[in-house]
Amino acid sequence: MAGKPKLHYTCGRGKMESIRWLLAAAGVEFEEQFIEKNEHLEKLRKDGDLLFQQVPMVEIDGMKMVQTRAILSYIAGKYNLYGKDLKERAWIDMYVEGTTDLMGMIMQLPLQSAEMREKNLALIIERAKTRYFPVYEKALKDHGHDYLVGNKFSWADIHLLEAILMVEECKPDILSAFPQLQAFKGRISNIPTIKKFLQPGSQRKPPADDKYIANVRKIFNI
Amino acid sequence: MSGKPRLHYVNARGRMEPIRWLLAAAGVEFEEAFLETKDDLKKLQTNGDLLFQQVPMVEIDGMKMVQTRAILNYIAGKYNLYGKDLKERALIDMYVEGLADLNELISSNFFQPADKKEEHLASVMDKAANRYFPVYEKVLKGHGQDFLVGNKLSRADVQLLETILLVEESKPDILAKFPLLQSFKAKTSNIPNIKKFLQPGSQRKQPIQEKDIPRLMQIFH
Repeated sequence: MAGKPKLHYTCGRGKMESIRWLLAAAGVEFEEQFIEKNEHLEKLRKDGDLLFQQVPMVEIDGMKMVQTRAILSYIAGKYNLYGKDLKERAWIDMYVEGTTDLMGMIMQLPLQSAEMREKNLALIIERAKTRYFPVYEKALKDHGHDYLVGNKFSWADIHLLEAILMVEECKPDILSAFPQLQAFKGRISNIPTIKKFLQPGSQRKPPADDKYIANVRKIFNI
Repeated sequence: MSGKPRLHYVNARGRMEPIRWLLAAAGVEFEEAFLETKDDLKKLQTNGDLLFQQVPMVEIDGMKMVQTRAILNYIAGKYNLYGKDLKERALIDMYVEGLADLNELISSNFFQPADKKEEHLASVMDKAANRYFPVYEKVLKGHGQDFLVGNKLSRADVQLLETILLVEESKPDILAKFPLLQSFKAKTSNIPNIKKFLQPGSQRKQPIQEKDIPRLMQIFH
């Protein structure tokens, strides 16, 4: 056994991508076992490896962890990316839940009809511009620190960068009205572990294409 | 200001209910400010009280907290219902997230088209019986203790009881094949704070009634 965390998922972003980001940002090397066919998923299920018969599943520290948020919270806690006390954790949680809601909307797009996709894409852009990004812009402006919470790098910063890049893929100039977020993006992208993750050849996954989605539908029967 | 947490939501279960349960189980008295009209929601929004323009919002310890999970995490941590270390928290989180998924499936029945509701509900009950409840039955069987994690009451137990009662409202015999969940339900219901919350007159909310739906929809849409 390698001792490295081992990620079980399809070879795409989905619900595992935030976990890849967090591990990478924390400088933790990890392995991946890709589910490419329905048989792979069924085997994990039959072997009793998936608590609720679902992936993501991450083998870490002797546990077979499932449920994205549980996994993320564990990694954040273990690698000191979760604030110094209960109140800092509360802020990190609020910020992360916001970016989770935003990225969750984007994650749904490839599975929707062309008509729904167009409608929801417009909604995502509107929400990013009027509901979500203003919150993080204001937080950074108000305290003037480099990081969202406690003047220290945390899970909230990693998750926000991931969300920014994801929305930019939908609308490249989305940050035009957000100077603080532009500077934030530049700073966080330059953190060595994150810079490495952003380079070609890393374990970061590309956006879903039609071929990937077709396979996902087959694997999960949806 | 009373110092008690103050919950801002509609007078219904919705996304606030697990928060009411957790506060009650922790023995924490709380106040509620109900949104009755769309203007009530708009007022909170224009006052800048809602970080992402949404409720639930809970005023607690000088913060206006939003996002259900953030609020639940904070309460659980503050009142020692979140395990003793990172690994116990990991187990609690996994169990709680599974229950949240089941709860979400049940709530989503409301939004199904009328001709699909019955079929959808049947499939959700099937998942409760075959995907979710067997997990918790097995956990309890595995260690033989009264509580899910660390031989101590945690938010996972509170959430499990809430979910059991919710599912029973749709399928009263859902625990027929789960003897340990039956005794879990009885024991946990008897914990004084929880017993009190389960009695009429508490702040526990009832299932939505048809007549309330138009008013609730109007507040949010």
